[in-house]
Amino acid sequence: MIRVVLPAHLRTLAHLEGEVEIEVTGSPTQRSLIDALEARYPVLRGTIRDPVSQKRRAFVRFFACENDLSHDLPDSPLPEAVVTGAEPFYVIGAMAGG
Amino acid sequence: MSGVRVLVGTRKGAFVLTSDGKREAWEINGPYFAGWEIYHLKGSPADPDRLYASQSTGWFGQLIQRSDDGGTTWEPVGNQFNYAGVPGTHQWYDGTPHPWEFARVWHLEPSLSDPDTVLAGVEDAALFRSSDGGRNWQELPGLRGHDTGPAWQPGAGGMCLHTIIVDPSDAERIFVAISAAGVFRTDDGGGTWRPVNRGLSSEGIPDPDADVGHCVHRLAMHPSRPEVLYMQKHWGVLRSDNAGESWEKVSGDLPTDFGFAIDVHAHEPETVYVVPIKSDSEHFPPEGKLRVYRSRTGGNEWEALGAGLPQKDCYVDVLRDAMAVDSLDSCGVYFGTTGGQVYASADAGDSWAPIVRDLPAVLSVEVQTLQ
Repeated sequence: MIRVVLPAHLRTLAHLEGEVEIEVTGSPTQRSLIDALEARYPVLRGTIRDPVSQKRRAFVRFFACENDLSHDLPDSPLPEAVVTGAEPFYVIGAMAGG
Repeated sequence: MSGVRVLVGTRKGAFVLTSDGKREAWEINGPYFAGWEIYHLKGSPADPDRLYASQSTGWFGQLIQRSDDGGTTWEPVGNQFNYAGVPGTHQWYDGTPHPWEFARVWHLEPSLSDPDTVLAGVEDAALFRSSDGGRNWQELPGLRGHDTGPAWQPGAGGMCLHTIIVDPSDAERIFVAISAAGVFRTDDGGGTWRPVNRGLSSEGIPDPDADVGHCVHRLAMHPSRPEVLYMQKHWGVLRSDNAGESWEKVSGDLPTDFGFAIDVHAHEPETVYVVPIKSDSEHFPPEGKLRVYRSRTGGNEWEALGAGLPQKDCYVDVLRDAMAVDSLDSCGVYFGTTGGQVYASADAGDSWAPIVRDLPAVLSVEVQTLQ
């Protein structure tokens, strides 16, 4: 199970408290993780990735294991610590006021 | 027992204000969708318990929320607004071509007869329709595909389609207004469109009298006279007596004819309300006095209405979608400010009182008259 931490607005949308555990089949990547997250919480479709291009929204970032993974390729393998559940995968709203 | 429900969209959530027909004691509910920008929410004329809301942020994009119980509970429905075909380009601020990019829904206009049908005006300017209660949205591409589309350009707030008016006597006729392109009309239910801007004159575009390029801020219509339209333009208050075929300036004796909001009395088609704003660079009332101006003559002759409104040190703005009227016997008039106040008048503007003073900046105000 992969642990995902969502920003407050998306937790509210998905009626979640705290982090969520997502099961990803095969070799987990950013793409397959977000696909699985959206499949479980359809309300999140379009909020993390642009619904047409499927690219990460400009003001959304992905962090894990104290690294910024935002610019990794969508099909890059996730860090082993994320895959094993030792570390969470953070979806972050960019720190730009609000 | 009659009553009113005031739907308020703000920079940080939505609020629902309710009162009985006296409009003296108010219940404030909200914030709904706290922290999100709510550009607009509006109820279905065919089913007052059916409400639609546009919820967005720059971070997480656009959602449409729907309520089937008058705003007590909400359900996110559709959020896919895909332009039909290849989007193409419009003019950017500097005059260069810029790809059409969806940003947000500015205005939702539910059908007059079907609660499941609703139109959405979006930025970058286009018109979408849902026929299934907001779950799925299809563009009406004839508008954006008009020959003049590549010449449309954004106003200061973005290139937004902010006004949608469906002719109550002919559902095939729809008016929309775009900043900064102008007014467009369809007579075939949205298939084909043409600009109806003759008589408009605007500084800041190469040809001041061009067919398109005008920064129209808002349109208003009285349902009993759908051929008569009123307009608050970037500068200028205008009216058309022929469904937009030509426009005449009726700013008359207003202290300034810059502004955003405009509306029409529910029972008097020649009674019009505007909120003059000092200028395009100073978006606050002249002299720090917040005053609604009312014309009972369809324009040109205006009277200041300030009883109950702040008459000194007031530097708020009233945005284009932030004024509405109810249809009770004594017409109620409502508006919200960027300072977070929502003011109401239960006597057609003669006197005003705040319903609530300290909301986030108000983006939109709509009113439902409940029987």
